[in-house]
Amino acid sequence: MSILTDPRWGEAAAHLPDYLGNHVRVSVTALALGLVVSLPLAIAARNHPLSRGALLGLASIVQTVPGLALLALFYPLLLALASLTVGWFGFGFSAFGFLPAVLALALYSMLPVLRNTITGLNGVDPSLVEAAQGVGMTPSQSLFSVELPLALPIIMAGIRTSAVWVIGTATLSTPIGQTSLGNYIFAGLQTQNWVFVLFGCFASAALALVVDQLLALIENGLRGRKRLRAAFGGAGIAALVAATLVPTMARSSSSYIVGAKTFAEQYVLSALIAERLRAAGLSATSREGLGSNVIFDALATNDIDVYVDYSGTLWANQFHHTDIRPREELLGELKTLLAKQHITLFGELGFENAYALVMPKARADKLGIRSIADLATRAPALSIAGDYEFFSRPEWAGLQKAYGLSFRTQRQMQPDFMYAAVASGEVDVIAGYTSDGLIKKYDLVVLDDPKHAMPPYDAIVLLAPKRAGDEKLQAALQPLLGSIGIDAMREANLRASGNDASSSPDAVARWLWEQIGKQ
Amino acid sequence: MQSQRPTLKMPATPMIAYAHVAKTFDGGNGAERVVAVDDVSLEVAEGEFLAIVGGSGSGKTTLLRLANRLIDADRGTVMVEGEDVRATDPVRLRRRIGYVFQHGGLFPHMSVAANIGITPKLLGTPSYKIAGRVDELLALVRLDRALHRDRLPGELSGGQRQRVGVARALAANPRIVLMDEPFGALDPLTRDALGDDYRALHKKLALTTVMITHDMTEAILLADRIAVMCAGRLLAQGTPAELTTSSEAYVIELLRTPRRQSERLGALLPRDGAA
Repeated sequence: MSILTDPRWGEAAAHLPDYLGNHVRVSVTALALGLVVSLPLAIAARNHPLSRGALLGLASIVQTVPGLALLALFYPLLLALASLTVGWFGFGFSAFGFLPAVLALALYSMLPVLRNTITGLNGVDPSLVEAAQGVGMTPSQSLFSVELPLALPIIMAGIRTSAVWVIGTATLSTPIGQTSLGNYIFAGLQTQNWVFVLFGCFASAALALVVDQLLALIENGLRGRKRLRAAFGGAGIAALVAATLVPTMARSSSSYIVGAKTFAEQYVLSALIAERLRAAGLSATSREGLGSNVIFDALATNDIDVYVDYSGTLWANQFHHTDIRPREELLGELKTLLAKQHITLFGELGFENAYALVMPKARADKLGIRSIADLATRAPALSIAGDYEFFSRPEWAGLQKAYGLSFRTQRQMQPDFMYAAVASGEVDVIAGYTSDGLIKKYDLVVLDDPKHAMPPYDAIVLLAPKRAGDEKLQAALQPLLGSIGIDAMREANLRASGNDASSSPDAVARWLWEQIGKQ
Repeated sequence: MQSQRPTLKMPATPMIAYAHVAKTFDGGNGAERVVAVDDVSLEVAEGEFLAIVGGSGSGKTTLLRLANRLIDADRGTVMVEGEDVRATDPVRLRRRIGYVFQHGGLFPHMSVAANIGITPKLLGTPSYKIAGRVDELLALVRLDRALHRDRLPGELSGGQRQRVGVARALAANPRIVLMDEPFGALDPLTRDALGDDYRALHKKLALTTVMITHDMTEAILLADRIAVMCAGRLLAQGTPAELTTSSEAYVIELLRTPRRQSERLGALLPRDGAA
């Protein structure tokens, strides 16, 4: 199939009004906020070396924080702030999506504006500032009719730099729940949908160029005293903002929001849930690519309505338990813990996405290995590979202790390459993920864990506090519980990692639903 | 030319009066404070053209700026039209005193007309009146209205820029004009023409002018009285004739140069030549 006739271009284009609209809204708001804060600060600090240094230093430090981390940090910060305002003033606000994205991006936009405004104003010929005084201007008249106009090209260069940065960085606001052009990129990278990745990159680059050129037009108009040009530039930006407001206004606000973390399985499951809700006559939208740390809090604060998590992940990461409990006991305990936060553990989907020791089926048969206990006797002659964190996780320590495992060598690998490496014999055993589609693709086998040393990672459906008594929602999701087996999920994940039109999360979700119906 | 000038009698209230004025500046980086003006007393009468002569660092520019409060004195008093400048609003004070800057000090992003009309505009004069005034001033400083009105300062020659600078200083009908080495950077012909033109304006508009220059010849040719500054101190003041009797060696040295030049020129150039 030619790259140009790929139907995924059409699918990507269908998302454009939503993604682009949100992207423009969040970046323009952030830029405007950044300017409103930075310009007066720069003007106030320009003649005070101490505060000037402090301001620029602070902005530089902010700049050194990676964009993704800065955005991610704002979420818990605002969450804490929101709970404070609820306690003190009796009202809260949503710390999810728009607000943290705007604040983080605004902070991010400040350095070029601050630096260029200060440099530009300090670069104005002092004899002209003196002349402004000499002809009888007040300090503010001098600022507005002499200093700022003369510094304008440098200030505008800063604003344009910061606009391009903000528009680029806004693609990273997807994981904190702000829909943006980053949705294409995150989804595309996770499901190996390069059409989406390219589309997202081109769209945000094009947007950055357009805004940059509109700002150039404003600058040119202001500098050359050509009001028409400046007006055109201003009107262009206003039109861009107005155009992006329309689709949101048309969208209903009462729809269910289905969350998804940043990997392919999550995209498929959220598409499946959204599809089920729509089939039940409810309106549903997906909020995809959310960070693991963000998605749970977003559910707890009703910012999303439903998503799929894994029992072991919640147990260790959310509730900070290090002990490993049997499956049923852990689920029961988890249900109680979640209920304290008014979150409903609605049920298990039927498969686990856990760590597991995996090796080629043929090899395992030949060596007579069926379980980890069998493996233990052979291990000293074998090599093992795991992802970057596996060997420092409690699961590995538990496994070693339970079975007395000791391998000849252990290596760390990129998860995507691990499966191919074990299939080709480069390593003998890998610590893979039970629901990974590559297990099926490479004809690998998951070794049994008779001593239950690996904690359970059952896929479970969680409902937001406000959906606790929502019967329509629960009725729509009921058929999914206990009906997705490990083989079906592996096959689905394998399909989703393909690079063609039938590998979109929606298409895979439809396939998965058909499988459920066949049972 | 000098002989035609009437000797001015000192009126009761001088237009500008410095009394025991002192000003020091921060030397920077912990260095000692630099004394710019040291106990200077000087009066400028109404209608007088005073030149302040001195080398660089003599404090002459500081002295000039004390008059319109671009700088405030540390000690002593400065009176303008009988009023202590410390009691005045500095912005209003500057709007009623014309100031011509060393290199014109024109705002490069404003047209010639906008530069000239700036002070009337700040004073709230309606724009049609400002337009008329700008045309009048362009004629006064002998610049072609159609050619120069809408140009930017960058498109003008040095002499034209300085004419615009003078026009701007005169725009709000000041009684006092302060000039900071206004003709210093110009070629001799332009400088001469501009000096003569300004001298004529000074007389026609009954201005009180204080001009800074490092060039004694220029001071003698244009000014009624000359004040000589050196290292922050006022060494001597008086008409050129009075200065010749000064006991200060520096003053005599300053006066010797123009005289020597004129003697040499007299010897070198035939008296009834083409010029």
